[in-house]
Amino acid sequence: MARFLLRRAGFLLLTLVFTSLLIFLITQALPGDVARILLGREASAQALAQLRAQLGLDRPLPIQYLTWLGDFVRGDWGTSFSTGQPVRELVLSRLGNSLQLAGLTLLIAVPTAVGLGVLAALYEESWIDTVISLASLSVVGLPEFITGLVLIQVFSFRLGWLPANSSIAPGTGLVAALPYLVLPALTATLVLLAYVARLTRASVLVELGRPYVRTAVLKGVPWRRVVIAHVLRNALLPTITVIAISFGWLISGLIVVENVFNYPGLGRLLTFAIARRDIPLLQAVALVAVLGFALANLVADILYAVFNPRITLR
Amino acid sequence: MRLEGVSVGYRRGRGWVRAVRDVDLTLERGVTYGLVGESGSGKTTLAHAVLQSLPAHGRLLGGRILFRGRDLATLGPEARRREFHRRVALVPQDPLPSLNPAHRVGRQVEEALDPSGRSTPELRGRAHALLEAVGLADPERVAGAYPHQLSGGMQQRILIAMALAGEPDLLVLDEPTTNLDVTTEATILDLVRRLVHDSGTAVLYVSHSLGVVAELCDRVAVLYAGEMVEDAPATRLFTQPRHPYTQGLLDSVPRLGSTRHEVTLRPIPGRIPPATDLPAGCVFAPRCPLAVDDCREATPALEATPEGRVRCWRWPEVEAGQADPHQPAPAGRLHAPAEDAEAVLEVEHLAKRFPLRRSLVELLRGAPRRAVRAVEDVSLSVRRGHTLGLVGESGSGKSTTARSVLGLEAASAGTVRLLGDELPRRLERRPASAIRRLQMVFQSSDEALNPYRSVGSTLGRPLRRMAGVPREEAAERVARLLESVQLPRSYAEKRPAQLSGGEKQRVAIARAFAAEPEVLVFDESVSGLDVSVQAAILNLLGELQQVRGSGYLFISHDLAVVGFLADQVAVVYLGRVVETGPARSVLSPPYHPYSEALLSAVPLLAPGVERARVRLEGDVPSPVDVPGGCPFHTRCPRLVGPQCREQAPPWRHGPDGHAIACHIPLEELASVQTALFGDGGAPAVPGATSEGGDG
Repeated sequence: MARFLLRRAGFLLLTLVFTSLLIFLITQALPGDVARILLGREASAQALAQLRAQLGLDRPLPIQYLTWLGDFVRGDWGTSFSTGQPVRELVLSRLGNSLQLAGLTLLIAVPTAVGLGVLAALYEESWIDTVISLASLSVVGLPEFITGLVLIQVFSFRLGWLPANSSIAPGTGLVAALPYLVLPALTATLVLLAYVARLTRASVLVELGRPYVRTAVLKGVPWRRVVIAHVLRNALLPTITVIAISFGWLISGLIVVENVFNYPGLGRLLTFAIARRDIPLLQAVALVAVLGFALANLVADILYAVFNPRITLR
Repeated sequence: MRLEGVSVGYRRGRGWVRAVRDVDLTLERGVTYGLVGESGSGKTTLAHAVLQSLPAHGRLLGGRILFRGRDLATLGPEARRREFHRRVALVPQDPLPSLNPAHRVGRQVEEALDPSGRSTPELRGRAHALLEAVGLADPERVAGAYPHQLSGGMQQRILIAMALAGEPDLLVLDEPTTNLDVTTEATILDLVRRLVHDSGTAVLYVSHSLGVVAELCDRVAVLYAGEMVEDAPATRLFTQPRHPYTQGLLDSVPRLGSTRHEVTLRPIPGRIPPATDLPAGCVFAPRCPLAVDDCREATPALEATPEGRVRCWRWPEVEAGQADPHQPAPAGRLHAPAEDAEAVLEVEHLAKRFPLRRSLVELLRGAPRRAVRAVEDVSLSVRRGHTLGLVGESGSGKSTTARSVLGLEAASAGTVRLLGDELPRRLERRPASAIRRLQMVFQSSDEALNPYRSVGSTLGRPLRRMAGVPREEAAERVARLLESVQLPRSYAEKRPAQLSGGEKQRVAIARAFAAEPEVLVFDESVSGLDVSVQAAILNLLGELQQVRGSGYLFISHDLAVVGFLADQVAVVYLGRVVETGPARSVLSPPYHPYSEALLSAVPLLAPGVERARVRLEGDVPSPVDVPGGCPFHTRCPRLVGPQCREQAPPWRHGPDGHAIACHIPLEELASVQTALFGDGGAPAVPGATSEGGDG
């Protein structure tokens, strides 16, 4: 296990180096001259050259890359072009928000989706199965900005239970932020729901058909226990992987949801950075997003092995 | 348990397909009842019905199943669990999928003792006692293992332990040894026989293997196309069958010690009708050599005979031997191949190792590079017109030998010579002419035939590419090829999915012969087939060899089949040849102790006949850590002393090329061993362990 973790950590590092290079090259290829963007169209050639020298933009690309990476590793993520704030603080505070939202989403989505999936499988082809499948599939077809707006319409405007705007101030505590998190989390849940529920349903059906279930039944094991101790134990393995991986997506991929609710997460920061050609910010957000995905994948592999005795991590 | 007029069906569209029809059966304490049939006979469906575990689309369509006097249909789910499932146990066909992969074995046994899922020290002790009772020597260790960490034989013992945990009134065994090696099968059958005898429970033993049923059962029912056609005491059924189908089955099985030069197997023509399309009258009439017009019009009833029941209009004639239910045997037996035929394929000291990766730590420590030694030292010679049979348990390296000879795997050492020319180890370096001359028929024709190509296209390609047949002649040659494997010409248009298992294997054989090879390699090519179909394929292989003079390398775990087809036999263990020689010599004493154990494990078709039992303990050692000295010493029942552990055994040569690698001299072996199957006309016949494979 220790050796497995060490090796995977090595792979993770390699992944990060490779993607950092990719991110760097892509931001270099973006149209427009950074100095010109910062100083505006009327800037003199001299001012431009001075700024370029100040930012190190006149040096060869490999040097620029290594300097950026070195600074990044040391914790100096640079200063945002557009806001003048230190990038690190900005990104980390938004990351905290994103983690909160992702956590709450999983808390709602996983029990609901797994429960619905198991229910649909146990009552395969009955009306329960049909209703669950129909409902979850029709929800997944709707884009997030529609479901988000419908939720706002119902829960904020009609019922007045929850705020429609989730733009929480930096430093808001978890408890205070909770009401603002519910609607975005519900919207993200609706995206995950159908996928996880269908997956769970399929794998429960597969496990139900396996001979060891018959063995358990013929032993005289009560059906409840057959389902919980035998079937679910095996059927939830693929679901665990999918959930862990979707955590990576929840952290940095909720661009539409965050924009609909005006929620200050990483996704919205990313769109902001792109719109403003804020290259240091863009690079930092992208790298953090990659790290999130890679870690989620690692956790998925570990969890899978922990719950599956047939896998030994080496 | 009593089955009264039981019919079971599956939903098909709006209607029901009756897979089992009108079966009466009484299972009593202390009686082991065998239920035999080929695929499509309905035996599995009937077993499911008995166990109340029919799939969702299956249903009891008629009759009653009474258990301890109560109609099972009247039980609610909770009563069924308590009064039925706790009293009836199953030992299934595939042990591994029947165990929960995520639970330790010990827990699963405890659960069989107490289904509520509690675990107490008392339960643990009882579970360990059960594991010991089924012959697992180290219950502590086994109980802590997960199912996948145990060998197939051990897994099956676990399932037997669980089945016995509730001290069942009825034990159902559903082909429990089908996927096990013959040596493991023998030990499991010994165990079942002993436990059944001790507990006095009622047993239903479902199997396609006549031999296993003959070994174990007191009474046997034969199922055909969903109907019981005969039911009789085992001793009676195997010596004097009353139904032409039973007779046909018995005549399809090659008998250990009989060869293709002495007998021609008598396959049953045609195939079992699907339950959707049953013939009028007797279901067996279309395939029955005795069928008369009455048989095709009126359905015979299951009539009581002095000791059993039979469903045939003409059974008194069959029983009296007045009507020979045989097809006239195909003209002429196969003559023996020329003794002095030249060797077409020579394999010398072949080895194939699959290196294991070393970890970084091992690399730094300078640990030696380890490898799976699949084939260690195999030398073979196949002569023109001869068949060399290669036998051994799974993991012995039979398949790897075949693949290395063909170049599908590059051998690690040794030479392969075809017609005197040494072949490159890799297939892609071999000249086209060598590939043409050396062809293979795989075990599963399902996987070997491209499902999207018609039979004609599958056969036409090797004809054009390898045999150089011009395009305009190809269609005619395809037709002739189909005729040579006894398929109609029209089959060129069909696709594999439209063919039965036996027909697909015929096409695979035709494909191998298309290139007019000098040598053919058969890797378990008849193993997946029902006995009546297997018989026809074996006859076909013998005839094709006679006509074409090809050399065969025939790999099988079924010693009776090898004995029937082979002129020479090589026995392999852990990648080494341990005995080789003419088939007749290998199949009679002196035996290598390993060959002796293999032969002794083959179930014979002779209920009640006693013979020497030589059983192997434990499993085949890992091919990564091959035991030193004689590789067989860890399991050898005839171990003589430290030399077995320390020195490689010498080759001891007998007459006519018979050779045994053993520390015991041949004379000594011969003096302590007895022949393991009857001579000449004795009714000692091997079983049809047909399914199963080679690792």
